[in-house]
Amino acid sequence: MNVPIIKVQNLKKHYDIKGIFGTTGIVKAVDGLTFDLLPGETLAVVGESGCGKSTLAKVLMNIEKATAGEFEIDNKNGFVLTAKELQSHIQMIFQDPMGSLNPRKKAWQIISEPLLINSKLTKTQCRDRAIEMMAKVGLRVELVDRYPHMFSGGQRQRIGIARALINHPKILICDEPVSALDVSIQAQILNLLMDLQDNLGLSYIFISHDLSVVKHIADKILVMYLGKIVEFGNTHNVITEPKHPYTKALIQSTPEVGVRNLIEMTPLSGELPSPLNPPSGCHFHQRCPLATDRCKTEIPILTGKFGRQVSCYNI
Amino acid sequence: MSNATSKLSAPPSPLIEFWYHFKSHLGGLIGLVIITFFLFLGLFAEVIAPYDPAQIFPGKATLPPFFAQGGSMEFILGTDDVGRDILSRLIFGGRISIVYSFLVVLLSGTIGTSLGLIAGYYGGAVDRMTMRLVDIMMSLPSILLAIVVASILGPGLLNTVIAVSIVSIPHFIRLIRAQTMAEMKRPYVTASKTFGASSARQMFINILPNCMAPLIVQATIGFSNGILDIAALGFLGLGAKPPLSEWGTMLADARAYIESAPWMVTLPGICILLVVLGFNLLGDGLRDALDPRLKKS
Repeated sequence: MNVPIIKVQNLKKHYDIKGIFGTTGIVKAVDGLTFDLLPGETLAVVGESGCGKSTLAKVLMNIEKATAGEFEIDNKNGFVLTAKELQSHIQMIFQDPMGSLNPRKKAWQIISEPLLINSKLTKTQCRDRAIEMMAKVGLRVELVDRYPHMFSGGQRQRIGIARALINHPKILICDEPVSALDVSIQAQILNLLMDLQDNLGLSYIFISHDLSVVKHIADKILVMYLGKIVEFGNTHNVITEPKHPYTKALIQSTPEVGVRNLIEMTPLSGELPSPLNPPSGCHFHQRCPLATDRCKTEIPILTGKFGRQVSCYNI
Repeated sequence: MSNATSKLSAPPSPLIEFWYHFKSHLGGLIGLVIITFFLFLGLFAEVIAPYDPAQIFPGKATLPPFFAQGGSMEFILGTDDVGRDILSRLIFGGRISIVYSFLVVLLSGTIGTSLGLIAGYYGGAVDRMTMRLVDIMMSLPSILLAIVVASILGPGLLNTVIAVSIVSIPHFIRLIRAQTMAEMKRPYVTASKTFGASSARQMFINILPNCMAPLIVQATIGFSNGILDIAALGFLGLGAKPPLSEWGTMLADARAYIESAPWMVTLPGICILLVVLGFNLLGDGLRDALDPRLKKS
């Protein structure tokens, strides 16, 4: 069908924990991720906090250096591109709308920062482009000279989106873009993201812990647990018939109004194990209701036809 | 889009915008008035001062100011122990005190801020080296260090400025380094990095303006310290040389007459107080006017 715009192969990001006597441990924040992203597609990365979602975003943005693996963007090796080259392909929307905007800068200066750095446009031209962009993301253009603290949370996130899109990237990484917003504002921002995707042909990597948000926007879902993929598939398939016990638990724990949960299961007990010392075998076996002896010793491999993959022995 | 763009008036010039926010700050305005007054006196000292500051009037030593008993309008603020006009000496002395303390702040502030930004931004070995140097400098009493530097460079006002500046650099480094490290953790710095911002842009355009509030406060403190340190070095014979008038030196010289002729100590003291107060108020106003979060819209 389509040629993937992003190809990630066996991506790993390990952090060394340094003590007085050298390295005392390794945290495998991202441990062997493989996925493709097609043009115009939204891939949701879902999991509990601490599962490596944000690390994935940082590695793809070259904020953190990957330990191993390959990352191709538009058929180029993403790891050797400089920040200036990379930013014309891929941009990021941050979780904290206030913290990601420089409090000392006006809205137009914030929005046009990628232009100021990477193009030879004059300040007036940059300001005009910023005004154009503000209209596209639904901000009143009169607010162009305001400072971030004068905006509401939703407006700040719109500024973040305008800034990410001003240099026409093809891919946006959205790191929990709505988790800091009110529920009513969340819907507005999600609709804006979907409209922009239709109009500009963007691809999204949408990082979230909230399945009720994800099922509105995502085409495919990738469920992560302790740095590994546990389930991958089309949104509809994953939501309606989850195969991995962890995905089932996640879906069940998503509150919904008026709908009885169809899958009867006890909620997850315990916490995410320490990534410094992950359990043997399947990382999930301590919390899994279906765990067998085999799960305690052997690490399951992600199997299945492409488009629907699960790593579990008991499906 | 073009009609929407043209509807918006061009952004006001930064200076006008700054004044708009500054003028509503009463303290800042008072500070500005005080500083302007002393700057005016210093600038036109030759015209305003009634006498030459070094001129000695024989037989007219230790005359009190006009409002005290025995004073006259001939010497409005009295004369000192050798018979020089105090008003003229204060006017000329202000010139030296203000200009040289300002130089101290400028020199130590620029160097200290740059080093602090670099240490905080790059971290690692650069940071450790800078901070150990700061520790060494701060472990010595600052006036002792200034004396050492001033004696190495030799006496003279400009060397005093260099000595006092070197002593005040560590305070700026520490402050800006800590502030930089705090700002580095904020996502907007990460965001700029993903756009390909250079290190210089990150340090001076993104981070530095966000360190402005403590920096301005430190600068005003540095200014008052500068006046006092220059005075102290002058007292020790390493700064302003007589007959050159300078507030700190005047204060130090008049110490012996604090009981018999209190105005000789009080008047330079009041001048130092007023200028230091003025700069502190001005700094307060500047900080508020330059911080968008504190602005009234």
